[in-house]
Amino acid sequence: MSDAAIAADVASRAVVEMRGVTRVLPGPVPVTLVRDVNLEVGKGEFVAIVGPSGSGKSSLLYLLGLLDAPSEGEIYLQGRQTSSLDDHELARLRLEKLGFVFQFHFLLPEFDALTNVMVPIRRLGKLTGKASRARARELLAAFGLEEAADKRPGQLSGGMRQRVAIARALANDPLIILADEPTGNLDQKSGGNVFDIFERLVDDTGATIITVTHDQELAARTHRTITIVDGVIHADEKTK
Amino acid sequence: MPLALTIAITHLLTRKRQTAVSMLGVAMGVGFAIAMAAMMQGFQQYFVSKIVDVTPHIVMKDEFRNPPVQPAAMRFSHGALAIRGVRPREELRGIRRARRILSVLSKRQNLAVAPSLQGQVFLRYGSKDVGANLVGIDPDRQRHVSNLESDLIGGSLDHLKTSANGLIIGYGLAGKLGVKMRDTVTAVSPEGVILKMKIVGIFRTGLINLDDGESYALLKKVQILQKRINVVNQLHMRLKNPDAARGVAASIERRYRYRTESWQEANEGVLGVFVIQHAIMYATTGAILIVACFGIFNIISTVIFEKTRDIAILKSMGFEEGDIRTIFLLEGMAVGVAGSLLGWSLGFGLIQLLASIKFDVEGIVKLQGFVLYTSWVHYAIATSAAILSAGFAAYLPARKAARLRPVDIIRGAA
Repeated sequence: MSDAAIAADVASRAVVEMRGVTRVLPGPVPVTLVRDVNLEVGKGEFVAIVGPSGSGKSSLLYLLGLLDAPSEGEIYLQGRQTSSLDDHELARLRLEKLGFVFQFHFLLPEFDALTNVMVPIRRLGKLTGKASRARARELLAAFGLEEAADKRPGQLSGGMRQRVAIARALANDPLIILADEPTGNLDQKSGGNVFDIFERLVDDTGATIITVTHDQELAARTHRTITIVDGVIHADEKTK
Repeated sequence: MPLALTIAITHLLTRKRQTAVSMLGVAMGVGFAIAMAAMMQGFQQYFVSKIVDVTPHIVMKDEFRNPPVQPAAMRFSHGALAIRGVRPREELRGIRRARRILSVLSKRQNLAVAPSLQGQVFLRYGSKDVGANLVGIDPDRQRHVSNLESDLIGGSLDHLKTSANGLIIGYGLAGKLGVKMRDTVTAVSPEGVILKMKIVGIFRTGLINLDDGESYALLKKVQILQKRINVVNQLHMRLKNPDAARGVAASIERRYRYRTESWQEANEGVLGVFVIQHAIMYATTGAILIVACFGIFNIISTVIFEKTRDIAILKSMGFEEGDIRTIFLLEGMAVGVAGSLLGWSLGFGLIQLLASIKFDVEGIVKLQGFVLYTSWVHYAIATSAAILSAGFAAYLPARKAARLRPVDIIRGAA
């Protein structure tokens, strides 16, 4: 098969694929975060990455999110090889195709919720100011945050902040949503709410979500659970 | 408003006090620069205009720049020639054929010329003896080459012709002698000639060395006093365009070989001081701006330190190095621009304040306060310097911020 044909083949199956990915932090004592990972995530999948702390699950997520580059191996996003891309192209890919939700909401503290959601939309620059405002309002409304639009993160509860952060991650209609312990800072109820939203997104809009979590109960709600131990995939099972 | 600018301004507005302090730093630099420039240039222009108004633009003197070439050197112009024991011949000083030169020069366009004979005299009045420079002039020609006539605070130039031995003296000189108009003083020349002279005019130019040491009489009287009948030792010239003096002086000197000085050459020492003044001004303003730069560097660095998470999240959302750098550069520039605007009003206020201060100075010129010259050029230079240095101060931390790797920060935060 030609390269193009391979690429087309991969694209049909996986939105993101890792081939033999290893990530070593250089230093006097090099630390291996992720070792020889092969992984494919298809469109519309809802994947949980679980494992003990320090096992490399977050590192794997950063690699999938193109925030970090592998020391060895290749990552394909929609069949496109990413190792050859420069910073500008990687930034563009993150902007257009990826949405991040972190353990900490990481909202810009000086701006109200609406503006926070508008930041990626305006950065992409495809919508006018008015349209991007409308889009941001729509997203907030979808998560029951109409009231929070003009409030700053400091004036919101932890659960609301995380919902605003999810709304921001969805702002540019990403291909994949990457969540790093999105419930880590929330109580059980709020954490459950976040997963309710994720489920809704997967079921209703066919979104692809990859989330790192250490909460077995929440992990059980996903379609597929990947267990990482010491930077190696220990188990990869379909749960639904 | 562009996104980067929104973020930049929001960062600054949430740190009002720090921003205000940095802005004040810039404002001081800009304000003082503007006020100092106004003061310096005001004084310099006043001084130059005084010189240009009061003294002749070009003076031809009865001397040569270089000693005459020896006949032997003329004969062997390419040979190695040394002549020892050459002693200059004592010549009768004075410009030869002055009358002819005068008539040729006075035919020139845009140039007025007047003959004069300069000499030292003692002026004696009562028990006072004061040395002075006595200039013999032709009043009808003199009034076209200097502002003597308009500088008179008493009497008139024509009285030189109408009274027997008229003398016009400087205001300071009159004070030293204790004479008033129409008093009679005794003039004693180095040649021993004594002449009773009547004060028919007192002038005041504002240039101290003229007001305190110069006096004028008819050319003929001075020739008698100095025992130099028919001798003229200086030709004074005035040009329509004083800035051309250097070139005109050089061309006249080439033609007549007599040393011919432009006002710029005659005042080279003072004009040289202006260069040093400028250097001091730039150094002082530069120092203030450098201090202001530290303020800007400080605030931007602090913002960046506090904002590492924001930077990480922005980068994870697809902001590039350039975008991040732009945000913090804009913050620095915003401080620079706002500080400059504040500096304008500070500078303007300082100029008003300086203008209201009155005091007497007697240096090279006589002043009753600061002479101020305001120009938009000062504002423009100070502002561009401030904004440039603000940008530079912000650039270093901004570059560092742009290079942050989001993964390092997110890892650290988690």
